[in-house]
Amino acid sequence: MSPIVVLGAGLAGLSAAIEAAENGYEVTVVSPKPSERAQSVMAEGGMNAALGEGDSPKRHFEDTIKAGRFLADPEAVMGMANAAPGIARRLRSLGTMFNIRGDEMDLRAFGGQKTRRTVFAQSSTGKQIMSAVIQEARKYEFKGLIRRLSRHALSGLLLSGNGCTGCEVQDVYTGESLSLAGSVIAALGGMNGLFNRYTGSQDNTGAATAILFQSGASLANGEFIQYHPTTAAIPGKRILISEAARSEGGRLFCLKNGKPFYFMEEKDPELKNLAPRDVITREMAFLGEQAYLDLTPISNDAFRTRLSGTLEDCLTYLRLDPRKKPIPVEPGIHYFMGGLLVDIRHQTNVPGLYAAGECCYQYHGANRLGGNSLLGAIYGGIIAARSAMADGCPTGRGKVAFVQETQPTQDRLAMQNAMSSGLGPIRDKAGLERLVNTLERLDKSVPLLAKAIAISALNRKESRGAHCRSDFPNENSEIKNSVASANGREVLFSAREAANYGVHA
Amino acid sequence: MEYTLDIARQSPGGKPWRQTFLVEDSGESSVSTILDSISSQVSLDAEGEPAEPVVWECGCLQGKCGACAMRINGVPRLACSAFLREFPKRRILVEPLGKFPVIKDLAVDRSGMFESLKQAKLWLEGEAFNSKFRHDACYQSAMCLMCGCCLDVCPNFMPDEEFFGAALAVNAYRILEQSEAKSIALEYKKRYWHTCGKSLSCDKVCPAKLPVEELMARANAIAIWGK
Ligand SMILES: Cc1cc2nc3c(=O)[nH]c(=O)nc-3n(C[C@H](O)[C@H](O)[C@H](O)COP(=O)(O)OP(=O)(O)OC[C@H]3O[C@@H](n4cnc5c(N)ncnc54)[C@H](O)[C@@H]3O)c2cc1C
Ligand code: FES
Repeated sequence: MSPIVVLGAGLAGLSAAIEAAENGYEVTVVSPKPSERAQSVMAEGGMNAALGEGDSPKRHFEDTIKAGRFLADPEAVMGMANAAPGIARRLRSLGTMFNIRGDEMDLRAFGGQKTRRTVFAQSSTGKQIMSAVIQEARKYEFKGLIRRLSRHALSGLLLSGNGCTGCEVQDVYTGESLSLAGSVIAALGGMNGLFNRYTGSQDNTGAATAILFQSGASLANGEFIQYHPTTAAIPGKRILISEAARSEGGRLFCLKNGKPFYFMEEKDPELKNLAPRDVITREMAFLGEQAYLDLTPISNDAFRTRLSGTLEDCLTYLRLDPRKKPIPVEPGIHYFMGGLLVDIRHQTNVPGLYAAGECCYQYHGANRLGGNSLLGAIYGGIIAARSAMADGCPTGRGKVAFVQETQPTQDRLAMQNAMSSGLGPIRDKAGLERLVNTLERLDKSVPLLAKAIAISALNRKESRGAHCRSDFPNENSEIKNSVASANGREVLFSAREAANYGVHA
Repeated sequence: MEYTLDIARQSPGGKPWRQTFLVEDSGESSVSTILDSISSQVSLDAEGEPAEPVVWECGCLQGKCGACAMRINGVPRLACSAFLREFPKRRILVEPLGKFPVIKDLAVDRSGMFESLKQAKLWLEGEAFNSKFRHDACYQSAMCLMCGCCLDVCPNFMPDEEFFGAALAVNAYRILEQSEAKSIALEYKKRYWHTCGKSLSCDKVCPAKLPVEELMARANAIAIWGK
């Protein structure tokens, strides 16, 4: 039983670590900060699982594939949808305080799905799940099967001729480095730090993903970046107003001749304010008017028992009482559908290196359904751990493939600003070319990863899901998954074939 | 408006000292926002000297991850929810939490907190037992940020001693409630109940606004009185 190194201590990382430890494997979990600080604790609205009457994993599968505009891997998505009800029950048995109705887990309606399918714990689902999962991991820490390195970051991947044999990590304060042997599971979260404002955590800088990319792991569908339609700017970041608020009765509007115009109710009479996120964001971008989210129809009781976190966030950070006044909102960066290229077993193109959670692509295609990423993180973590256990660690003496490079602050700010303006919700050739030019002048590993995303966006000459090109407004079904790889300082781009998914638009 | 920030600085092995910064702000920024702007560029201190970036921890900038706990005008709290407008005198003293070893500047080593929950064996052996009457309290217990503010104000907490303070009691509560096995009651007595002097300063200072006193009372009822 060769050891396993998990990079990242969020939900995907802990899920992988627990799966391996339960099977008697020794796991080292590496993260710059403890699990309590991972972005996963910020997740609000809930997690999808076909538990409702008349619902089925098949329908969950269909909604996911359709919202992802037919790019997600169907076999992988079916596996995830099938596993979801069991995962929800397991989380409950680990002590997650989901909202309960009768004796069962309550379900809320979430965007892009016609059925109530989302288990939730008020509007702090991520925190509640993480508390339960952290305490389960603690059991294995005590037994010595899970070892934590909670102030360490990835500094390099060890590669032998046969693949990845481990990695080097560094104490973030002392710089002291450690070499860890074993299969490596990357669970590094999204690439937030490539941009300047987002809803997630500052800790997900993208630096570790950039090291993996430069060491040979490919990036898939990087251009699909979810702009959540209801975010609000505060100094230094964007805060999310969870989709749960619309699920509980919130309505989006803008002013037209001084009167509220409920644009989503007009645009999509069936799903209305719960249309998929890409659809709402695009609508807001095209309207070009200040949008508002009206939560005044929501009862005080629902605020207290189902949305207490959202209420608190508005009062503290926006200084606005959503029970009395509509919230001005705009789209903001929220989730990365693209990420490290993996197969259905969660192995990257580098043998011995696996990836799970938001840092890899797989389940969400061109647009993610709310509630599917907590699920994808847990499920992906389990699958990645099983694959690592089954495969064992590649042999040979690994050498550090590529040394981490520190990025000067000026360059980081320049990159973040360029990415934010070039890769907004609506893109075009001229803007993307400007972005690539800017990134070409910044020669370090993080800008190279940024360039891979920009080049993928430039090459995808269509509008699909979260990728909207004003110069190519239609979906072009000939375009497949985009894959970018590093070749020294260059980015190589190729398009992969998409399968026929058996679900129709 | 001009605000004056006095920031405690310390290098590994070095003596603590203070550096003053003058910042222009409407008052809407939080202490984190200011620390972020001071540390992400070369900033000048009040004397006009270029300052080394300030080292501190943050993550969510939204009161959800507990990373940014520090003492602000003497009170332990989260820098990301301490807004400048709350300080009408416009002079703010920013120091690291006082009970934990300083790593550098405002960053402290809180690993002992995580270790303590492990030593107290806070996990479930079997399936969680869920009662709808305890749902709210268990939910609150699981909202604990592990930021350390409650230990910083606790008159009885000293690092490296057996007493683990409110962070332990709050988290132990839901395990006591959800498990059949009452073995952790022993750990609870040893590591919390025997030493807690009921000053309840932890209850007032909790940045997640947890009902700390209520959770402790409930935990006591199970662990000590067997209810
Ligand atoms: C405000 C908000 C609300 C959300 N709400 C929902 C929701 O309701 N439902 C849903 O399904 N999803 C939601 N999401 C998305 C979801 O939270 C994330 O996609 C998911 O938690 C990702 O989990 P993860 O384990 O992949 O990554 P994360 O939880 O982000 O963990 C990444 C880990 O990598 C570590 N790391 C970072 N850099 C390094 C490095 N250099 N070396 C080693 N480790 C490193 C970090 O410290 C962290 O431990 C929400 C996201 C946000 C921001
Ligand atoms: S940065 Fe997360 S609580 Fe302040």
